[in-house]
Amino acid sequence: MGGEAADEAVWGAGVSTVAPPPPTAPPPAPAPARRSARDSSASWRWTDRLGLAFAWFLGLTFLAVTAAIVIYMMVQGIRYVRPELFVTHPAAGVTERESGGFLDPLLGTVIVALMAMAIAFPLGLSIGVWLSEFGRPSWLARVTESTIEMLAGSPSIVFALFGTLIFEQGALAFLSRTNDGVVYGRSFFAAAAMLSLIALPLIVANVREGLQAIPGHVREASYAVGKTRIATTRRVLLPAARPSVVTGAMLGVGRIIGDTAIIVILLGATLRFTEAGDVPLLGTLKGTGSTLTTFVYANAPTGEINQPEKAFAAGFVLLSMVLALNFAVDVAARRGRRWS
Amino acid sequence: MALASRTHRASRGLLPDQRAELMLGALVCAVLLFVLLLVVFVFKEAWPSFDHNGFGWFGPGGNPDQQVQEIYTSANLLRRPVYTFHAWPIIWGTLLTTLGAVTLSFVSALFVSVFVVEFAPEAIKRILEPVVRLLASVPSVIFGLLGVLILVPFIGNHVITDGNRRSVAYIVSLSGYSLLAGVLILSLMIAPLMIAVFSDGLRAVPRGWLEGSLGLGINRWRTFWKIGVRTARPALVAGTVLATARALGETVMLAMVTGGVSFAPNPADGLIFFVEPTRPLAATILQTAEELTSEPMRHTIFAMAAVLLFSAAMLSLAGWAAKQPMKRYGVRA
Repeated sequence: MGGEAADEAVWGAGVSTVAPPPPTAPPPAPAPARRSARDSSASWRWTDRLGLAFAWFLGLTFLAVTAAIVIYMMVQGIRYVRPELFVTHPAAGVTERESGGFLDPLLGTVIVALMAMAIAFPLGLSIGVWLSEFGRPSWLARVTESTIEMLAGSPSIVFALFGTLIFEQGALAFLSRTNDGVVYGRSFFAAAAMLSLIALPLIVANVREGLQAIPGHVREASYAVGKTRIATTRRVLLPAARPSVVTGAMLGVGRIIGDTAIIVILLGATLRFTEAGDVPLLGTLKGTGSTLTTFVYANAPTGEINQPEKAFAAGFVLLSMVLALNFAVDVAARRGRRWS
Repeated sequence: MALASRTHRASRGLLPDQRAELMLGALVCAVLLFVLLLVVFVFKEAWPSFDHNGFGWFGPGGNPDQQVQEIYTSANLLRRPVYTFHAWPIIWGTLLTTLGAVTLSFVSALFVSVFVVEFAPEAIKRILEPVVRLLASVPSVIFGLLGVLILVPFIGNHVITDGNRRSVAYIVSLSGYSLLAGVLILSLMIAPLMIAVFSDGLRAVPRGWLEGSLGLGINRWRTFWKIGVRTARPALVAGTVLATARALGETVMLAMVTGGVSFAPNPADGLIFFVEPTRPLAATILQTAEELTSEPMRHTIFAMAAVLLFSAAMLSLAGWAAKQPMKRYGVRA
């Protein structure tokens, strides 16, 4: 199945606070003071002991590698992040000193996340509600589910290419720059529209899961006092499922700010905002720009600018944002209500 | 739910509900239509390239980089557009990176999830679970950056010897940007996904089955390996399929570390095979996307995208099929 299920699973610990408890409770742990002979591996066959040792080894390696990555990024980030980087525009320059900061990419990330969520969140919420509360006819529900799963599993680069196709149509010319009747097709609108597609499956999955975890008697109680189905959903079910909804939204934001392929192709690879037209805000949104991910991409040794210090600084900021989102998801999930 | 829908039927006269259902349904249909449009458009744009090359599109023959150049320039000159494209080196690179990373991370993810679910002490368990989620959410461009600045120079300086370089110097230059770097980082990126799905599957194994085995005097490792892992097999398949889809679609990291030439690593080269450069499909699309303005080139790029989309859809189908037996255990992975 698609990545939707994957992300659901990856974030499983966060979501599971609203999921029903597993059918069989784990057995009571043996008293810590006295380990039974069965727990000691001294008497096992050597293959079994080797397996156990390998499991320990890989588990600890995994931990060490992750810690190494995060600590390395933090160290490099703290070495290279300077406050003025946050407030200066990127500039064309050969050395690290000349090339300016990442104000535009930082703003770009925020703009793109806001715009994409403005599309993906209402859509995802509606689809999740429909799937969980209405879902008729059932074949349509099944088709929707598999489509959403396929969306989750599709490479984002395909969405990016599709974006260039539709936003170059004359009918959508008002969303990007036009030059002699040729529609450029790259703008914040185009990027945000396609980015919303990669956030959508996460939101749908989480909303649906949250709603389905609410036991039927809650709905019945609401119907019994005369509330309509939609009023029940709005006033009772969605507030109760809020932790899941918030989790889904934040996972979506995390996915959006981490994506590079769509931004590289659909936002045009200009590091500074390049306005199209004279209207102040609309011009920016119709124009091209960059986000932190494309800034890192361009500043990596394989990119066009090749200034690794800048790349590390921007990467550090990006990673911090992702970590903060991760933490927020944990908090949101922990505050979730348990249905028992 | 059954009861709820009966309640609904009783209240059919209510307008707001019907209106809401219609509106939500319309929205769902609109999204479905949009996705349908996406699929149709991608395949329609891809068709000329497939049409001109037939199954030769997937086969070997010539250097795709040169062919891309030919295709790109053919639009600018006043002559017939060229479509000849044989993508085998790119497809081979995709297969190698994907399968390599999936194999590597399958083995490690299996052991790590067994460790997390059954053998890890409580303290380590409490750290490992958030760490898995954290690693899953690190943007791929950061993995790419680390790969380019740490792993690639390491491979270039310490793994590849001058003898290696000389032995293939007339075919390809070895610089550290390699299949090996791509596979290693990619497996680190997809392992968290696998661990999450595997652990969910392993946790859902009925406790009584394990207890039964333990009660017969089988030790904990063998019990978990023979009963737990075997019962969770559908979860293993589902997780692997998911991770494969993610690996297939990975673009930016691979574009950064695998070298950016459409070279097919040759297993006959021995160990050098692993440090030869390559370039998978998604990375190729990213690096040629600036050439979308050329009509025949656009068809060629969309053909690559269509191959990716088709593979993703097939994987999605396979994952669905693998998940069916899991419903027996009440696992929702």
